[in-house]
Amino acid sequence: MKKWVGMLLVLIVPLMLLGCQGSAKQEQATSTSATEAAKEPFKVGAIVSVTGPSAPLGEAEKKTLLLEVEKINAAGGIDGHKIDLFIQDDQSEAKNAVLAVSKLIDEQGVIAIIGGTTTPCTMAIKDAIAKAQIPQMAMAAGIPITKAPNNEWVFRTAQSDAIAVQKVIGYMSTGLKIKKFAIIHDANSFGQSGATELQNLAPKAGLTVVKVDSYKTDDTNMSTQLTKIKGSGAEAVVVWGTNPGPAIAAKNMKELGMTIPYIGSHGIGNKKFIELAGNAAEGVVFPAGKVLVPSSASGEQQTVIQAFLDDYKAKYGEPANSFAGHAYDAINILTKALEKAGSGNEKLRTAITDTKNFNGISGIFSYAQADHDGLKTTDMVMVEIKNGAWQEKK
Amino acid sequence: MHLDQLLQFIISGITSGSIYALIALGFTLIYNSTQIINFAQGEFVMLGGLFAVSLYSVTHLPLVLAIILAIAIVTIVGVVFERLAIRPLKDSSGITLIIVTIGASILMKNVAMIFWGRDPQTMPPFTGDTPINFFGASITPQSLWVIGVLILVVIMLQLFYKRSVIGKAMKATSIDPTAARLMGINTSNIVMLSFAMSAGFASLAGILITPISMTSYSVGGFLGLKGFAAAVLGGLGNPVGAVVGGILLGVLESVSIGFISSGYKDAIAFLILLLVLFIRPSGIMGSKLRGKV
Amino acid sequence: MRTNRKPVIQSNWFWVLVYGAIMALLPLALTNNYYIKILIIMGINTIIVLGLNLLMGYAGQVSLGHAAFYGIGAYASAILTTKYGLSPWFGIAASVVLGGLIAYAIAVPTLRLKGHYLAMATLGFAEIVHVLFLELRDYTGGTDGIFGIPSISFGSFTLETPIKLYALVLIITLVALIMAINIINSRVGRALRAVHGSEVAASAMGVDTSKYKIQVFVLSAVLACIGGSLYAHMAGYVSPESFTLGVSITLVTMVVFGGMANVWGAVIGASMLTLLQEYLKGYDDYNFVIFGAILVLAMVFMPKGLVGAGSKLIQIATRRSTPIPETAGDSSAAS
Repeated sequence: MKKWVGMLLVLIVPLMLLGCQGSAKQEQATSTSATEAAKEPFKVGAIVSVTGPSAPLGEAEKKTLLLEVEKINAAGGIDGHKIDLFIQDDQSEAKNAVLAVSKLIDEQGVIAIIGGTTTPCTMAIKDAIAKAQIPQMAMAAGIPITKAPNNEWVFRTAQSDAIAVQKVIGYMSTGLKIKKFAIIHDANSFGQSGATELQNLAPKAGLTVVKVDSYKTDDTNMSTQLTKIKGSGAEAVVVWGTNPGPAIAAKNMKELGMTIPYIGSHGIGNKKFIELAGNAAEGVVFPAGKVLVPSSASGEQQTVIQAFLDDYKAKYGEPANSFAGHAYDAINILTKALEKAGSGNEKLRTAITDTKNFNGISGIFSYAQADHDGLKTTDMVMVEIKNGAWQEKK
Repeated sequence: MHLDQLLQFIISGITSGSIYALIALGFTLIYNSTQIINFAQGEFVMLGGLFAVSLYSVTHLPLVLAIILAIAIVTIVGVVFERLAIRPLKDSSGITLIIVTIGASILMKNVAMIFWGRDPQTMPPFTGDTPINFFGASITPQSLWVIGVLILVVIMLQLFYKRSVIGKAMKATSIDPTAARLMGINTSNIVMLSFAMSAGFASLAGILITPISMTSYSVGGFLGLKGFAAAVLGGLGNPVGAVVGGILLGVLESVSIGFISSGYKDAIAFLILLLVLFIRPSGIMGSKLRGKV
Repeated sequence: MRTNRKPVIQSNWFWVLVYGAIMALLPLALTNNYYIKILIIMGINTIIVLGLNLLMGYAGQVSLGHAAFYGIGAYASAILTTKYGLSPWFGIAASVVLGGLIAYAIAVPTLRLKGHYLAMATLGFAEIVHVLFLELRDYTGGTDGIFGIPSISFGSFTLETPIKLYALVLIITLVALIMAINIINSRVGRALRAVHGSEVAASAMGVDTSKYKIQVFVLSAVLACIGGSLYAHMAGYVSPESFTLGVSITLVTMVVFGGMANVWGAVIGASMLTLLQEYLKGYDDYNFVIFGAILVLAMVFMPKGLVGAGSKLIQIATRRSTPIPETAGDSSAAS
């Protein structure tokens, strides 16, 4: 028997490997023949979480990237170069992002990478991208992405958690004029990063954090955590997470008869939150990009936002959310830089660094050598949910 | 620590625990007739919730009709699954069958993702959402529904086992399949029935929690794991054990969050589960040792 | 081994050579680093699955907690090299010792359990370890994980390029493979098969079943720890979500998919499923629909895994010509 087992092994393993390689080659061949007449296309890679826990974010990003690249190519591309977009799904797991980035760089030979969707996935690919010396446009909010070592090649189009937290702190200290608040956050990296930053910044604004508690992304009930907060003397509760956790928390608060203000994170900047929390969503205030309330943006940015919202709706029949905006900004900032610099690694990075006053969906971007976030606190507004719709909270 | 806080912890623990118990009952039924652990159990929970949401909010059926129809659909899915994937393998080793259920759960979860999308969904509570005050703690009407349905299901299951012919046959099969077959019981139909009932219970659980905790294509894995843990904690194969295990697990989690921290709640729950198994290797109410893995 | 009585082609050692040669020559055909990294992951999975195959196939114990040992190895390496600046070799060595000790400590009470209770206990252990990865933030970095893990080096010779690391992984894979074959053919192996057949009978014959079960459990845990260390040094980044229940289940699936109680089943199962998972990534949303369907179909039509199905096919095809007596013996051991 062993003989045949060995035989099978000998036959099947190389065959499958060849199969992998063959299909990859085919893909490349068709994509080049399609654009034979034009100049050589720019290969751009993207790593997004299309499946797994962060899928609602990643799917919107993927759809936006496809939409924008289609638009750019239909308009003749960049200086005659079409964009060849290679999207990889990391399944919301850093482990997959590690292999995906190798596939993009080593196999496809991309000149820039957009991604990832989540902070762990972005951190997992950062070193490899820096080593290959190609620019990375991150769409995740975690503070370490642009702060930790090896940040020369990574730029960010999501509002950093630092900015969102500053907005929330500002709202509590000058808007609500309270002294004590509690935090309940998702135990994932998004919630963890927000909670840490809230605790760092609170004392500087004269605020005290009286209770910090977390929940697991899958948890079905947060009554116990909220009961603890109820007895802690907090004057407001800040909930940091993405759907459905914050919606459950809003409902649980109502059930427990808690009437202190509920302040959310930019992670609930989508209609889904209002749908899930129902009337418990009324009165919730959270920081968000101006895409949620286009009227809050200045003239030129407002036009850009409105055009994007319309395009997205026309193509996919559903409203775009703020995560879609991150992808729009990433591909369009990159396109602008490619127009200016062509595909050279160092030149391209310099061109991105030189981006100034770019009217994006998440804000008006101005990168600099020491600032790869490019946004300011004025790029976010506090939004209140009233009658199931968003309103700027001034 | 006020007493009403402790009461609140226990109440929310009992609510989650009742859900775990309903799912654990499904594990128990299938375990009794086949000795396997059905890793797709959580996916039935997910399907129940999502079908109910769709039937209710898209086709605008009355709530009761939407629920009954959703349970019926998932029950059929359970039967089809048993026919196509479990029955052909009835002579294989236990672990092979477990891998089949794992494959089926991956399949169902991802078909659901394509069909229903990635966003969570919800539906309104059955009878409003005005909380009821209970000695200073509050409890929602939907939680009462969950607990009430669990009690009803357990009573009916006991009656079914003790009084009905099919129930007795099912019990006989679980005690000794070979002897049952010799007595003229069609054991393969019993296996199919257990899959049908198990899928039905799971979908019921999925529908009951949707107004409380929302549902989405991905909730199955987590809820299945809790149900499995509850079933083992209580003693595999014992329906009363499943209920005890489920409630205990829910209360343990809630009290751990209340007194220690939510980050460690799973660790504490599983630590106690391990200790229980080390002291009583077949769960709190488990009887003799069995299993063919 | 009955090598001297069989033609060379039926010897395990011949096939170890063939396997080693193919895996060593494959990189020549694959100049691309991405494929080399897939080969590394294949190797790491093979190392872990070889251990798990011994545990499941020969000792008859199902573990749903091997992701924990995989993670312990990865984190031990990551923490010792990044926080304490120690050499990666020290990291690997420490992860082996730590993993071995933890495995021994939990094996003693856990292996008294049977069937699903044992599976649940290993699962519970892995969940506890996973919580520790998340909560011991000062050491593990919590959900953000640990990045900047250095590559392995021999003195000044760094295994930074994937091909060099692959060479190391291949050597360890081959050592694990040879070790597994030796164990199966030794007295311990026969004792283990007896344990799997009937524990009562085995202990009545004077076989100290619990001692052997513990030994195999510890060995499989140590192999998973080595796999974890190698993974950490390859990826340069570890985070808790890489060591979840899903990973434990995938490892068990690899054992059954390849064929239990057969070292070649472990090699084929780990290699094929790693390739399949990577290959299916091109199918977007349908990726896991196809994967799930393949898994169900594979089990329905090949309940004894690829190796079982292969040998059965051959048996049918060659029944009329020369009988292969040892096949019957092997398949009875495999059931």
